[in-house]
This record gives sequence, structure tokens and C-alpha cells, in this order.
Amino acid sequence: MKGEVAPKVIKTIPREKAFYFFTSIGNYTGESASSLKEFMERINEVNVKSLEFHLYRGDFEKWIAEVLEDKELAEEIRKLQKFNLVGDTLRKQLYTIILRHLEYLTR
Amino acid sequence: MKLKNNILALDTTDLKILEALQEDARQTYTAIGKRLGIAHSTVYDRIKRMEQHEIIKKYTTIVNAEKTGAKNITAMMTIYTDPKESERVAEKLCKASQVLEVYTSLSEELQIIAKVVAQNQESLHDFIANSVAPLPGVLRIRTSIVTKKFKELSF
Repeated sequence: MKGEVAPKVIKTIPREKAFYFFTSIGNYTGESASSLKEFMERINEVNVKSLEFHLYRGDFEKWIAEVLEDKELAEEIRKLQKFNLVGDTLRKQLYTIILRHLEYLTR
Repeated sequence: MKLKNNILALDTTDLKILEALQEDARQTYTAIGKRLGIAHSTVYDRIKRMEQHEIIKKYTTIVNAEKTGAKNITAMMTIYTDPKESERVAEKLCKASQVLEVYTSLSEELQIIAKVVAQNQESLHDFIANSVAPLPGVLRIRTSIVTKKFKELSF
């Protein structure tokens, strides 16, 4: 598993496939991510409303599964929905999950 | 109606004819003439001349999208752009079938204002997220969904 996903995770994807952070329907924050590492960095910086908006719509898991092709991480993020986290607690959880996953992939 | 530097100068009669056409472009020359107290041949001549000089650009149909059921969400999108890329962003928007109108505006920052239609909120979001946000030079986007239309006329 580690060998299969790692190259895609490290790779920077084209602009049109990047993740664009919105705070609600049609309201783009100006922040985007073109790799998992960049995505993790944005999680720490972006308006927390954007994290709530995308998590509960299933946008994060969809992008990670379909664009980064990392089903394992997508599933971990999907599971986070059932805890109904909001605000900085959600931000910390998301960041920790992705950081741990990146460490696992690159170790 | 006079030509000044190859530009047609309109008089009160021309403006009244335009006003009548804007209310109903399908009414006859005779009906317009009666309303304005002038001969139908005068109405005809003036309309033809305004068409030739492209003061009247075209006759079109305003569709009540709410009643067609096909596209029932209208939104006004304000796109903040890098000034160097704004022309290109506006041109790309003009090519999208979901976009009905595109304008630029300069307040504190350069903005593009676009009127967009979509079937529902989800397809509106998909269009903005997949086709507008990724355009080079787009800095951020604010979108307001129209909840009620009070007036719509085109000059």
C-alpha cells in the first residue's frame, strides 16, 4: 500500500485538479492545494468555516480518493464526519490525521 | 436624427421609438406611430437607420428561467482578480454557457461581476469550483444567489 500511494501523494497535481477552499456555495477563499503536503498546510491556515463546509459535504474525502488516489486517507477523513467536530478542534484533528499519514508514507 | 462625426445623434422621437421597442419589440410600426403621433413610414425609416448604425443591436427574447424549470438558480458572482489576468478571466467566462452577463468594475480592487444560471446549488458550486476558481489570476470569489427578482429590463 505504502509503495503504491506514495508517488501520487508526493506529486504536485495540475492546477485544474487542485483543491479549492470555499466557505459556502460559490464563495472561494483564494486558498488552494496542489499536493497533500500543501493541503495539510492550508488546513492550518484557512478559515475554519471552510473546513466545516467541505468536511460535511464529503469534498475532502472525494478529492483525496479521486485525485490523490489515496483511499486509505479518504476513509480516515470520512470517519471524522460522525464526530460532528467544528472549529479549531476539527482543524487539529484534520491536521493530525494528515500529518500522521504523510509521515507513514514518507518514512 | 443627425450624423455627427459618423455617430448618429438621436432626437426625442428616436428615443421614444426605442422606449416603445423595449417594452414590446414585436409591436407594429403602425402601433408605434399611433402611440407617438407620427406616420408608420417615419417609424420604419428611423428603426431601419438605427439598425444600420447598430444603435439597435438585435431583437431578443427574455426567458423567464423560473418557469422553464431547466435552470432555476440565478447568482451574481464577484470575482476578484489579478489586474494582469482580468481580461483573460472575463473572456473565459464569456465562453461558458452558464454565464449570461460579464462586467468589469474597479473599486478598491479589480473585480469581474458575472450573472450565472444553474439547475441547482450543487451545479452552481461545481461550475464555480471546477471552472472559475482554477482560472489563472482568480484571487477569490463571492457569490450571491438571487432570491427574488424585482425588475429586469435591458437598455
